[in-house]
Amino acid sequence: MGTALLSLSGLTKTYPGVVANSDVGFDIQPGEVHALLGENGAGKSTLVKMIYGLVAPDSGQMTLNDVPFSPADPNAARAAGVAMVFQHFSLFDALSVAENVALGMDNPPPRRELSDKIRTVSKAYGLPLDPQRTVGDLSAGERQRVEIIRCLLQDPKLLIMDEPTSVLTPQEVEILFKTLRKLSAEGTAILYISHKLEEIRSLCDTATILRLGKKVATCTPAERTAAELAEMMVGSSLRPPERRAHEPGGVLLEVNDLTIAPTQAFGTRLQNISFSLRMGEILGIGGVAGNGQDELLAALSGEVLTDASAIVMQGTAVGAMGPTGRRNRGLLTAPEERLGHAAAPEMTLTENALLTGSKRQALVKGGWINWAAAKGFAEHIIHHFDVRTPGPEVAARALSGGNLQKFVIGREVLQEPHVLVVNQPTWGVDASAAASIRQALLDLAADGAAIICISQDLDELMEISDRFAALNEGKLSPIRATADLTVEEIGLMMGGAHGMEVADA
Amino acid sequence: MLKIEKRASPSKTWNWAAPIMAVALTMIVGGALFGLLGVNPFQAIAKIFYEPLFGEYAFYYRPQLMIKAAPLVLIAIGLSMGFRAGIWNIGAEGQYIMGALSGAGLALALYPMELPILLPLMVIAGALGGMLWGLIPGYLKVKFGTNEILVSLMLVYVAEQILASMALGLMKNPEGMGFPGSRNLQQYPSAHNAEIFAGSGMHWGVAAALIAVIFAYVMLTRHMFGFQLRLSGIAPRAAKFAGVDPGRMILICMGLSGALAGMAGLFEIAGPAGQVSIDFNVGYGFTAIIVAFLGRLNPIGILLAGLLLAITYVGGEITQSQMGLPLAAIQLFQGMLLFFLLAMDMLTNYRFRRSTKEAV
Repeated sequence: MGTALLSLSGLTKTYPGVVANSDVGFDIQPGEVHALLGENGAGKSTLVKMIYGLVAPDSGQMTLNDVPFSPADPNAARAAGVAMVFQHFSLFDALSVAENVALGMDNPPPRRELSDKIRTVSKAYGLPLDPQRTVGDLSAGERQRVEIIRCLLQDPKLLIMDEPTSVLTPQEVEILFKTLRKLSAEGTAILYISHKLEEIRSLCDTATILRLGKKVATCTPAERTAAELAEMMVGSSLRPPERRAHEPGGVLLEVNDLTIAPTQAFGTRLQNISFSLRMGEILGIGGVAGNGQDELLAALSGEVLTDASAIVMQGTAVGAMGPTGRRNRGLLTAPEERLGHAAAPEMTLTENALLTGSKRQALVKGGWINWAAAKGFAEHIIHHFDVRTPGPEVAARALSGGNLQKFVIGREVLQEPHVLVVNQPTWGVDASAAASIRQALLDLAADGAAIICISQDLDELMEISDRFAALNEGKLSPIRATADLTVEEIGLMMGGAHGMEVADA
Repeated sequence: MLKIEKRASPSKTWNWAAPIMAVALTMIVGGALFGLLGVNPFQAIAKIFYEPLFGEYAFYYRPQLMIKAAPLVLIAIGLSMGFRAGIWNIGAEGQYIMGALSGAGLALALYPMELPILLPLMVIAGALGGMLWGLIPGYLKVKFGTNEILVSLMLVYVAEQILASMALGLMKNPEGMGFPGSRNLQQYPSAHNAEIFAGSGMHWGVAAALIAVIFAYVMLTRHMFGFQLRLSGIAPRAAKFAGVDPGRMILICMGLSGALAGMAGLFEIAGPAGQVSIDFNVGYGFTAIIVAFLGRLNPIGILLAGLLLAITYVGGEITQSQMGLPLAAIQLFQGMLLFFLLAMDMLTNYRFRRSTKEAV
């Protein structure tokens, strides 16, 4: 096809021990919104890194407008008209929007001119943004707009977007999609990376599906059902988690007027959070990243102390108690960051099992470690949660993200908590591992535990939680039963479209 | 082209090969240095490493090795605990001095009373003195977030001034005819840290060092405190999540390393050194940092590294007196050991690969 904007063929990249991409090829037409669909570890990131000049392919060719294209670095890619918005933003919190944009340009125009340009572009594409604001004060959605505008100022022919909606409320997703459709109508091609099927079906013209580094298919997503796409992506059909019917019991955990000052600059202050949690119940807490999720987990785990009465567990005030005391009472947590927070990367799985299991699993007596028992507990987790690893003596960092997450969740679930708090339990985890983690949480609740699931994945929360609330700027919305919520209502609970008032200013 | 690449997990082989490589490289480069100074490098290196152990006068040098190695090992064991937890006490020299002064001060205050438990009491006083001196930077770090590296180092110089003041003032020997320095504790039977077996060099400090090695080994491998210590160093956030109180960990590590350094100082002042004098400290507290790293922060490794450093000390003195090598050359030789170790260390976590960057 001579008309293709970007044409890939036979792209292969191997890392030691892993084939990230094997013989991948497809075409992107000008003005096309092309989805790159695949599970975590399917090779999406490596592929776009090759297009963006961050990684050189081992073999294979790329052509851009029929000219061989092999960018040596991102500068070369940008010069050729390829721009990329990363999932993790590279912005300086302490600088203004305009300053951040200027830093990404080779020859930035004078500040005033640039500010005007930013305003123009932001108006033209419906991306409200005030160039004078400090980035540290912006919401995740607004930060993404900074990144997008930075790209648009270069007038790209191809815009790559890596999981752009993971940090957006449903309302913000709508705004973004309008912008992308407008760009596409003007002839800009968009390579859209995601694993969210409904989004892809509504937005993208074409989808290329990757599985284990290989291209499975290129299709028109609107003509397929979400289930068909999922099956192509995962390679097998997934069983949705089963819910056992059960009635919630007595109150296990009460949080009363919890207020915590941020521990770092541009951190989030938790404000007057109150809720109660009953036996057998799963409370889903949604919200865009950076709205107090980490702070809430730290307050519940005991890493940050509060007034004793702010957190009451089965009648005992535990707010002033550290993590060990809370664990002894059956309040267990699993933080979002697996490496370095929930687990020590350099330590073995046995040692990591000991990390939180020492007391409840009686792995330590009088300060002396029973290594045999610790190893036994690690093996128990590995076996029960199907953690793929040669054995418990392997360092945690050697495990894939999904396997380590199964280990971390399994470690807490198997300690029979009364209350379990998890943050992003399936983040970066492949679909089958995610399904098994959700099933484990549902089973735990059915057996009488109470669970708080903090997550940015709304589908996940709708699937497993009985009640739902959203964190927005450190405040918790009223709690509603999940069954009678609409997507619009959820979006409003998450704070609607952040920063829209600027649009009219 | 060679490319550096992080290993999936640290290499067990290199963990032990790195110190051996470092010693070998030190011999090569140090030998070249000796050669440039006009000394036969083979002879010099043979003298440094061979004479103290198996030479004609080994019967004299071997006890010297014990005497030099004991404080190094004792201090390094304490330091290694902190280093493992990511707490950088580099002021052991000051804690060593303060321990010596506390213990010696107790003995001098009680002089000439003969008391069978005087030496044990002095050991306790020495440990307390070193511990308190170590807790100052610890407390300041916990309370005000000061940098323990700077504070502990600066306190070394404070301790040196206190030592000088004591040697010239409060602790000066009243019967010393005006000479600086205290009474000689070697001549105060209750206070003398004498050799356990005459002529062996094996004083109570050597016994304490060996006990410390065993104690540290058992604690690091079997006890929850050792686990929390390692966890704090490797993954501080995970340690906090596991329930380790970081402030408490800092105080324990600073106190423990200070106490061991203080004990080392006491054993030295009550034994081989004998008296409080201006030039009492000779840098054991600093050399122990090299010993701790050379020994991979591993108690057994520290024992071996302490012996190795003691050999370079004793052997260095031999080459100095017999071959006319300057002291600076010997110190350079010891410094190289740490330098090469740190360089070789990289190979534990990284490896070289031929880079496969081909034209695309």
